[in-house]
Amino acid sequence: MTRPVTASGNQGLQLEQALIFEQDTPGMTAVDLPAAPKITERLGALKNTQAIGLPGMSEPDVVRHYTRLSQKNYSIDSGFYPLGSCTMKHNPRLNEKMARLPGFADVHPFQPISTVQGALELIDTTAHWLKELTGMAAVAMSPAAGAHGELCGLMCIKAAHEANGQGHRKTVLVPESAHGTNPATAALCGYAVESIPANAEGRVDIDALKAHLRDDIAAVMITNPNTCGLFERDAILIAELIHAAGAYFYMDGANFNAIVGRLRLVDLGVDAMHINLHKTFSTPHGGGGPGAGPTVLSEKLAPFAPVPQVVKVGESYIAEEHAGFGAAKQSYGRMKGYHGQFGVFVRALSYMMAMGGDGLKQASGDAVLNANYIMARLSTEMTPAFEGPCMHECVFDDRFLKGTNITTLDIAKALIDEGVHPPTMYFPLVVHGALLMEPTETESKQTLDQFINSMLSLARKAKSGLADAEFKAAPQLAPRRRLDETKAARRPILRWTPPASSAAKQAAE
Amino acid sequence: MSQMRFTKEHEWIKIDGNVATVGITQFAQGQLGDIVFVEVPAAGKVLKAGGEAAVVESVKAASEVYSPASGTVNEGNAKLPDAPETVNSDPQGAGWFFKMTLSDLKELDGLMDEAAYEKYCAELH
Repeated sequence: MTRPVTASGNQGLQLEQALIFEQDTPGMTAVDLPAAPKITERLGALKNTQAIGLPGMSEPDVVRHYTRLSQKNYSIDSGFYPLGSCTMKHNPRLNEKMARLPGFADVHPFQPISTVQGALELIDTTAHWLKELTGMAAVAMSPAAGAHGELCGLMCIKAAHEANGQGHRKTVLVPESAHGTNPATAALCGYAVESIPANAEGRVDIDALKAHLRDDIAAVMITNPNTCGLFERDAILIAELIHAAGAYFYMDGANFNAIVGRLRLVDLGVDAMHINLHKTFSTPHGGGGPGAGPTVLSEKLAPFAPVPQVVKVGESYIAEEHAGFGAAKQSYGRMKGYHGQFGVFVRALSYMMAMGGDGLKQASGDAVLNANYIMARLSTEMTPAFEGPCMHECVFDDRFLKGTNITTLDIAKALIDEGVHPPTMYFPLVVHGALLMEPTETESKQTLDQFINSMLSLARKAKSGLADAEFKAAPQLAPRRRLDETKAARRPILRWTPPASSAAKQAAE
Repeated sequence: MSQMRFTKEHEWIKIDGNVATVGITQFAQGQLGDIVFVEVPAAGKVLKAGGEAAVVESVKAASEVYSPASGTVNEGNAKLPDAPETVNSDPQGAGWFFKMTLSDLKELDGLMDEAAYEKYCAELH
């Protein structure tokens, strides 16, 4: 299929857009300003000799520039986004309405405590919900994202070991099926990391775990459900083994959306877990808003939680800001300025209160149902990596492509032409040529069916061997064709530089 | 006469007396795809058999390279960080990662020879 070449470079109403620096018309401005008064330059040798590089533009061109850029951004508001382990789900507009209430939107963290009692109550109420849903003793609200929450949990574990004379514990165990941030967090805390292999079922190999548990193990970090979309059904046994070895059980809660309302972490023997509010509790994801990673803590770790902590005293709330005092006597200290991502708390609490306990339970059930529906229907043409039902995400390997010239990458690129954001590919690493799909509970059966039809059609086309050229050229209908990812990684150009001619012109001026 | 041995983690080690050269295998580079980043250990670094020694990153994945044996690094391949594609084009030659002095030659007994490694790879898929 060839497309007409246009004089403008535009394709229909998909408009090409130059970088804002390339649209500079010197002197053009959207506002009339009085002429600058004559001054005597006193900067001497530091006097500016070049154009400062701020583009001159009219107001409509600035508006169009940013609007066109926003149109190029594929987002959950524009289409299906089954990115595995990322939980790209709908952000209810009620959350946004609540977050924009002036009493929430206009508060400042430096305001006197007496004037922000409502905001503190909201933090305390959000904390209450998180503790109720997990059965845990305490929650640190300040971590700013999931991995920051992991760091919080491990710093609590480190502080607890040191307080108990167990500072010699220098190693953290991480299974292969854990999230990639887990070993990074452990390393950042100064721990050595040892990997535990997965068994053939994609779960933690209990015998390997037993063999690794020694008296220098500080913690074991387990993602549950894991990145293969499978529930670690031996979690209670794992917790008993960890605790018998004197270590703590960190559970990565990135996939909490698959189990919320159905089990309590305290019953699994978990000591610490972060909760990605932007996954389980529907707050905006990625560039849509800051993350938040409140970290729930067991009875044993609660005393070491970071400051600040919101505490209710009588009928009013205070914020304990200093480690070493009051409720924060054994706190390991502060890990972030201010009191956490307050605007995200407003959204998460709106979601929790709108859904209620029963609604949250249904949401996790629907997330699992949707993933299993996709897995069951795609199994006619594709190869699931593991036997049996999955949790909130399903993973396929590339056995169905064996004998063809098509790779997982080609399938992912062809999906772009189908109008779908590709799923996570080549992850988890334990699955060969993986495609990891997480539909989330907010997608309708119609959307899932449309996606499934696209996938089935691509799988059949790949196996037919008749469309190799089409696959290798994909995407053909996107604003950009397949990018050279290898060159981009090997020789990245990270900064815009003016074209040589205009640089010379600027120097001459 | 030097000889090559292989690990289950797809590293090769070429032994010459008590000095050895280490890299990743042809099979490993094929699985990783285009390699875009390599980090090699500095001279003097003490390595444990099975311990992390280097890092390799491709468009698909980042992984550790484990030392097939214990010893001390003599030199890392200084050319690799600027030319990671060498690992794709010549993994068992110019794409070597580091040279080391071995501390325990007996450790090598547990590694596979070329025939055993080929059989091992064939069974993986």
